[in-house]
Amino acid sequence: MVKIKVVVCIKQVPGTTDIKIDPKTNTLVREGVENIINPFDSYALEEGVSLKERMEQVSGTIALTMGPPQAAQILKDAISVGIDSSILLSDPEFAGADTWATAKTISAAVKKIGGAGLLIFGKQTLDGDTGQVGPETAQRLNIPFIGYVSQIIEMDKKKIRVKRLMEHGYETIETNLPAAISVIKDINQPRVPSLRGKMKASKAEIPVWDSSFLGLGPKEVGLSGSFTQVVKVFTPKASHEVMMLEGSTEQQVEKLYEKLKGLKAGV
Amino acid sequence: MDYFLTEEQQMIIDICREITEKKVKPIRAELDEKQVFPAEILKEIGGSDLFRLFIPEDYEGMGTGIFEVCLATEELSRGDLSVATSYAASGLGFLPIIISGDEDQKKKYLPGLASGQRLAAFGLTEPEAGSDAGGIKTRAIREGDHYILNGTKQWITNGGEADVYTIFAMTDPKKGSRGASAFIVEKGMDGFEFGKKEDKMGIRASATRELIFNDCALPKENIIGKEGMGFLIAMKTLDRSRPAVGAQGVGLAQGALEEALDYSRIRKQFSTSISSFQAVRHMLADMATQVEAARNLVYHAAKVVDSGKKDISRLSAMSKVFASDMAMQVTTDAVQIFGGYGYMKEYPVEKMMRDAKILQIYEGTNQIQRDVIALDLIKKGF
Repeated sequence: MVKIKVVVCIKQVPGTTDIKIDPKTNTLVREGVENIINPFDSYALEEGVSLKERMEQVSGTIALTMGPPQAAQILKDAISVGIDSSILLSDPEFAGADTWATAKTISAAVKKIGGAGLLIFGKQTLDGDTGQVGPETAQRLNIPFIGYVSQIIEMDKKKIRVKRLMEHGYETIETNLPAAISVIKDINQPRVPSLRGKMKASKAEIPVWDSSFLGLGPKEVGLSGSFTQVVKVFTPKASHEVMMLEGSTEQQVEKLYEKLKGLKAGV
Repeated sequence: MDYFLTEEQQMIIDICREITEKKVKPIRAELDEKQVFPAEILKEIGGSDLFRLFIPEDYEGMGTGIFEVCLATEELSRGDLSVATSYAASGLGFLPIIISGDEDQKKKYLPGLASGQRLAAFGLTEPEAGSDAGGIKTRAIREGDHYILNGTKQWITNGGEADVYTIFAMTDPKKGSRGASAFIVEKGMDGFEFGKKEDKMGIRASATRELIFNDCALPKENIIGKEGMGFLIAMKTLDRSRPAVGAQGVGLAQGALEEALDYSRIRKQFSTSISSFQAVRHMLADMATQVEAARNLVYHAAKVVDSGKKDISRLSAMSKVFASDMAMQVTTDAVQIFGGYGYMKEYPVEKMMRDAKILQIYEGTNQIQRDVIALDLIKKGF
């Protein structure tokens, strides 16, 4: 029987929405900020773990992240909730990667693993917020990508059928495996780590793969492999004043009418 | 505060804290109000290996001790006493199998209980036999390869929710407490039904129910130990589990103290936070000192139980009495610090005070515990 390997791609992000930017370097101020797993990625991990529990055709689960050495912590956390093994993609040369270079690095790692039947991403990260790494990785691997998945309806060794949330409603999509998906938080409720999982994680050695191991040149990764770079990060100035009108529709219309009258709009 | 815990022990606390913060606190008020059994949370507790703490490694447990069980129970109680009670009550239900069960019983029942897929319950109390446990009237009469069980158990925690029940019944009523025996009864057996679900003051999300046995035929293999050993098995079980009741008191009081401390910092009266008033400060100081004293007594008692020492009744009873009386006092004081708000269901301390009361009553009232302590003291001295 052909078995499917599930690879879950996760990222470590600052555990706060109160982000401070260094105005000189345009980078995040990381001092004193606790790092956590990107919240959407914890749903991706749970889906990977529960897929293996639900479906006997899933042979194993691997968590993958690209980041500095301290990102190994979220890979250990992944093992503590039931992921079989983890790999850290880490190299000083990876620094400053945009989504293009990140997807290139991740896809090289997936090839190195020997491919995956299913790749799972969180729908986007808390810090970058682009939601691009999943689809770009799928493109590089030449496999289909389905975003915003809220349910895996069924999966056999050849196909996967999912429900996904779009702006106008839900869609049910079926595609051939191998494939990549990104998940939203409706898909499951992430479990708490188990004691045996935590003990396994504390003993686990996380392999570190660098650019030469992945067969990537310095021009292909990190800042030099990126087409975009962050020139400036700033908090936009409020250009408009926003006012919320409350009450019944009639009351709101009345309030709006009074407000507009008060403004004496001449146009 | 450093309690010199091992990495594994700290992991137990971290896991329970995550369950408390993420899964329990957001819904505890609703579970209490609607009296909903926290089945999902117990599944999570099972999935996190916490039932394995009670159980030897040979039966898919983790072979840890009552001390580790106390750490887990304390942290779960900090979130919600109903959850902690349901957790600890399952342990109480299967401890007799660990203590006195035979190899076949251990192999048959412990793995499913270790994973949390099945829950257990402990059935000793009857309408007319509470503190006087020797006065139970449930009868088990041997007929061929079976025992026929008749009678009613009352206020059984996890009643209806558990799959495996340890039931104490008289096999020879003439012998009094020496005529009692312990049996394993499974949910779904003919002649085993559940009575009414109790509407309680506190721990309202925990299941408390009557068990009714009407000519319930048990295979003779379901007896734990030998005929007549029931009372001894019950006492051995309770001696070992009692520090965990103390741990419930410590956790509950810790939760109430944390709420009161946070509130005292933000509540302003006379243009200053109430934590600047000596009257409030001294209450907080006493509460924190009492919690710490109880914690140390509970941890010590649990470690003595785990050492395998036989003579544990006195210390085990002391840990239960002291920690539960302390929890009643500290939760009451927490309500006092909150003032009028503390009396309202909007804030968690009202429920904590209601929950605390049961700790002075169940698993042997504090009056019975004092009898145990005094008797042992007078008989043996120090």
